[in-house]
Amino acid sequence: MATATAAPLAQVKTRHAPGRSLKRVNPLIYLVLIIVGVASLIPFLWMVLTSVKDYGDVVSLKFWPWPPLGNSAPRFDNFAEAIRLIGVDRDTGLPMFFRHVLNTALVTAIVIASSVTTSVLAAYAFAQLDFPAKNVLFILVLATFMIPEELILVPRAVMMNKNYLNWYNTMPAMVAPFLVNAFGIFLIRQFFLQIPRDLYDAARIDGAGHMRYLTTIMIPLARPAILTLALLEFIWTWNEFRWIQLVTSSSNMRTVSVGLVGFLHTEGGAQTQLAMAVAVMVVLPVVVLYFFTQRYFTEGITTTGLKG
Amino acid sequence: MREHAFAYALLAPALLLFLAFTVFPIGFGFYISLHNWRLGPREFLGLGNYLRALTPGSEFWPSLGATLTYSLLAVPFQISIALTLAYLLFQKIRGKSLFRVVMFLPWVTSTVATAAVWARLYSPDIGLINSVLRGLELRPLRWLLEDKGVFTLIANGLGVTLPDWLRGPSLAMVAVVIYTTWVFVGYNMTLFLAGLGNIPGEMYEAAKIDGANGWQLFRHITWPLLSPTTFFVVLITVIGTLKAFNHIWVMTQGDNGTQTASILIYRQFYEFQRAGYASALAFLLSAVILLVTILQNRAAAERVNY
Repeated sequence: MATATAAPLAQVKTRHAPGRSLKRVNPLIYLVLIIVGVASLIPFLWMVLTSVKDYGDVVSLKFWPWPPLGNSAPRFDNFAEAIRLIGVDRDTGLPMFFRHVLNTALVTAIVIASSVTTSVLAAYAFAQLDFPAKNVLFILVLATFMIPEELILVPRAVMMNKNYLNWYNTMPAMVAPFLVNAFGIFLIRQFFLQIPRDLYDAARIDGAGHMRYLTTIMIPLARPAILTLALLEFIWTWNEFRWIQLVTSSSNMRTVSVGLVGFLHTEGGAQTQLAMAVAVMVVLPVVVLYFFTQRYFTEGITTTGLKG
Repeated sequence: MREHAFAYALLAPALLLFLAFTVFPIGFGFYISLHNWRLGPREFLGLGNYLRALTPGSEFWPSLGATLTYSLLAVPFQISIALTLAYLLFQKIRGKSLFRVVMFLPWVTSTVATAAVWARLYSPDIGLINSVLRGLELRPLRWLLEDKGVFTLIANGLGVTLPDWLRGPSLAMVAVVIYTTWVFVGYNMTLFLAGLGNIPGEMYEAAKIDGANGWQLFRHITWPLLSPTTFFVVLITVIGTLKAFNHIWVMTQGDNGTQTASILIYRQFYEFQRAGYASALAFLLSAVILLVTILQNRAAAERVNY
């Protein structure tokens, strides 16, 4: 094992950036990168600043209405006011916004649990076992990837109405399309294929069957890939909008994204500072998670390179 | 034999879910598309919904035009900026990972939320972008509310009148494209960076010994060896733009020349409950996506170097 990992490492170290290794980097490059970096952040900055402004400062276009440039005080009450305006959930007595957060968290948890489980099991079969029609089935799984979501959006939604599954406005409808993901199967399978087969033979000799080998050897080894999948599923599901809007109509079954769009069409339409307060609360969990785990995101999309 | 049964047992949950919520809906969607379908099948129309969509003067053709316009504007913008940034970041730069993390951030955050923010940045009255334009003593614009074509606007600014067919994409469409670029540049750049990392450093060393300059290195080593990555990024970007929905819905709801095919499908179903017509439109859009994918694969077979 030691020699096998040493070789690629040595290769990485001798790799140079094209043609620039000895010369000093042009300061213009930093200028361009800084401009783009600032442009990436300004919308977030504007969102956060606006979320604590007075309505008056928003309409009078003050970018920074607080000392030392102005004499307003930051209005953190905007968050409470926005939550109050979104209303109260009659079932639980909670503010509706918190109900939306709970729904989103529940949908996300179900989707992650299901897609990780189904992906790991299927990936093990595709990577480790031989069975009739294996290649055909694998190609079929990959083919589901190529199907545009638009194509199946309407029939899926029709399936949820009362003439068929009768799941409209329920949790099963909200999660159904996301319970399995070809991307996940592909990602985990790629990882499983890299694990040397000798390990399995050794485990066999120790008396381990497939199930024990999967749970005690393969899954722990594939932890980075599983974590990547879970994180990507987290952001995709947390940010999902269209499907949830289609299969829910009662406010207490909605998620934060759908709730935000609803708010934009009501009180948030005119009160920009309140709309931004809600947007901050929707974006915050994802941003925090991303900053702690960003390595897994870039590795996930570059090893499989899929899903825009 | 036991191993076969075990393999199928492991595959069963995934395959059953695919069957129920992906494979079955394709067939069901085609069945729906052959009917006048409101809450249930009303009457069998055969290919009536398709004919209605394909009739000259239907909403489908302008929406296909808007979809292709969006794609043709967004793809070159996104790809060229992403490739440039990746190339710059691939140099020995300080704070490389900080730049990467920051530029990738827009892709991670909810499109609904960031599109809502951008809709406000574009606001003619209270938006940051018009404040900046006013600060520079330029004319503020109506951005997402502007139906006029960008070439018409430029010509008007210069005091010229253009014929209608030269109007160009609406300013609202261009504004949406700018937002899309902001979202996806970091994502595409990350893919390009991975591709650059796969090019062997020895190639550059050898070329430098032969006296190649920076441009020659890019033109004769980076560009050809990066072509598989470039092809892949172009492919997913084209497909992604052909399906774009969330941010357009939040920013314009399809008004002012931004009613792409995805928006039209959604509106027909969500606002008018025309499941049959919406399904027929979805099949037509998917056919376009498939056709574009095939054409791109053909082009790649000729141009991609390996």
